[in-house]
Amino acid sequence: MLYREAGQFKTNYAADSAIFPLRQDRLGLGVIILAAYALAFIGNSFLLQAVMIPFLVFSLASIGLNILTGYTGLLSLGTGAFMGVGAYACYKLMTAFPGVNVIIWIFASGFFSAAIGALFGLPSLRIKGFYLAVATLAAQFFLQWCFIRIPWLVNYNVSGALDAPLRTLFGTPIMGPNATPQTRYLVVLTIVILLTWLASNLVHGRIGRMWIAIRDMDLAAELMGIRPLQTKLLAFAVSSYYCGVAGALLVFLWYGGAEYDVFNINQSFFILFMVIIGGLGSLIGSFFGAALIFILPIVLGIVLPAMLSPFGISVGADVIEHLRFMIVGALIIFFLIVEPHGLARLWQIGKQKLLVWPFPY
Amino acid sequence: MRAPDHPVMSKGDVLLAVENVSLRFGGVKALTDVSFDIRKSEIRAIIGPNGAGKTSMLNCINGFYYPTEGRITFKGVKRPKMRPYVAARGGIARTFQNVALFKSMSTLDNIMAGRSIKMRSNFFWQLFRHGPAMKEEIEHRRFVEEIIDFLEIQHIRKTPVGRLPYGLQKRVELGRALAMEPELLLLDEPMAGMNLEEKEDMSRFILEVNQQYGTTIALIEHDMGVVMDLSDRVVVLEYGRKIADGTPAEVKGDQRVIDAYLGVAH
Ligand SMILES: Nc1ncnc2c1ncn2[C@@H]1O[C@H](COP(=O)(O)OP(=O)(O)O)[C@@H](O)[C@H]1O
Ligand SMILES: [Mg+2]
Repeated sequence: MLYREAGQFKTNYAADSAIFPLRQDRLGLGVIILAAYALAFIGNSFLLQAVMIPFLVFSLASIGLNILTGYTGLLSLGTGAFMGVGAYACYKLMTAFPGVNVIIWIFASGFFSAAIGALFGLPSLRIKGFYLAVATLAAQFFLQWCFIRIPWLVNYNVSGALDAPLRTLFGTPIMGPNATPQTRYLVVLTIVILLTWLASNLVHGRIGRMWIAIRDMDLAAELMGIRPLQTKLLAFAVSSYYCGVAGALLVFLWYGGAEYDVFNINQSFFILFMVIIGGLGSLIGSFFGAALIFILPIVLGIVLPAMLSPFGISVGADVIEHLRFMIVGALIIFFLIVEPHGLARLWQIGKQKLLVWPFPY
Repeated sequence: MRAPDHPVMSKGDVLLAVENVSLRFGGVKALTDVSFDIRKSEIRAIIGPNGAGKTSMLNCINGFYYPTEGRITFKGVKRPKMRPYVAARGGIARTFQNVALFKSMSTLDNIMAGRSIKMRSNFFWQLFRHGPAMKEEIEHRRFVEEIIDFLEIQHIRKTPVGRLPYGLQKRVELGRALAMEPELLLLDEPMAGMNLEEKEDMSRFILEVNQQYGTTIALIEHDMGVVMDLSDRVVVLEYGRKIADGTPAEVKGDQRVIDAYLGVAH
């Protein structure tokens, strides 16, 4: 009853072109954002550190891949490597210029992955689908090789690892060993909200329409004057920007330090699964996908042992890990067959039903 | 690459000239030594049996194919080998024999996508969806709404086009081409698969576009009745060769055209 379109007439095109035309949707979004900030003050460290921060980081990476694969229709298996470029760039920048605030370097690091992404996107003019995926796979392996073989990237650190130096914002540590999960969560949350808002603006405007046009029917798009290479490269650049920032956040605000192998091919697939399950071509789906793939196993790890222990069955961490792979695999197959548009589509259908409830249509 | 600048043309001038164009795909001769012209503000029909090379002709005109031999001049300038998007930016729009809409987008977004080349606001403003970006979005939305009113498709404005019946999809595709404000509009069988009423509507739209905006139209159509009613001049192709060219009445009485069409099911 509360979710209704009735009475909300649009009297100008500006209102009708709004991204959230329904008042209830805008309210709902406001409530979610407020709740997310409130969580910083009521949630415990485990919730923030082990659930919320990674969830947000993966959501951001999924948005990145979704721009490329979901909106523009270009399959990439190089997500992990593009995230890595962001992380290594951020490390170089903040250690070379420690005087500049690290937030600036986090945003700047994305430009490096954007440039690298666009470079590896060049073959996309000629090749499509499976072959393009293979080309991005080459990017994945080449970049990973660079992360391992170029010690300059980690400032000749003998361990070969990236570590988060102490960095502050307004005098409060936001990075490094002294930064609390709370402050790191707040920083990540703010960055993710900001970048999601920008992505949403992009995909709802001219550029988004050009991306979708290329995805849906590239020939028709070109015959309408849309330049295929420019449009695809822009998608690669923007997508990689998001992945790069996500990579920097992953290492420096979540892990606190990491080695090259967090950016391996598994990471690429991990993000791809999130995008597929969440919904190709949907920003909100990116959050759904990240939640399902990342949070579900954690919930399983807590709920399952608790449920089974009264029966005297103990469930080990390894069993949970196996279960996670099985469930994720089953979900992917389910979504590919039954609902290729993922959770986002189910969400849409749910909202549509709610609009007309209690009538069927 | 920019489309070259052209002189302003007035009604009756030769807008596009096809001279001795041949197009071969390996051994298949799709077009052989075809010459004709399209004059400013006319409706030029291209007819002929299936496989005659009509679609191939349009593909040459909008730069999708490059003729194996011969040349095409647009506004007095010989067209170089170019990517189709350059031709589009030069003022040539088209619709497809098999509808080629952006399936997941709404009617509105499809037609808005047709405005892409007219939109100028840069990436920065797009990011914030503010200032020039929003102003432009609304300006173009207004233009697109005029097209939607003109084509009488207000009721399907927000419907994803993949869900629309075929006849309406053809209409949306025309709208998308009109959004480009083309100087030359190529329509590949815009009425194929339509019932009589839909054909009448579509004929009316084509005539109105031509009369109101002076848009030059090249039209491929099988229905001879429609061709006779709509077109100023007709060129007839058969097996990739031109067999007749003239007013509808002239062409209709031409023995070779009658032979080409006699007993042939289309
Ligand atoms: N891309 C292509 N490759 C090979 N042959 C083609 C191609 N496009 C068209 N043809 C051939 O060219 C001839 C003309 O086709 P087309 O222009 O589609 O005819 P129409 O539109 O008049 O029905 C046909 O014999 C067709 O098989
Ligand atoms: Mg044809």
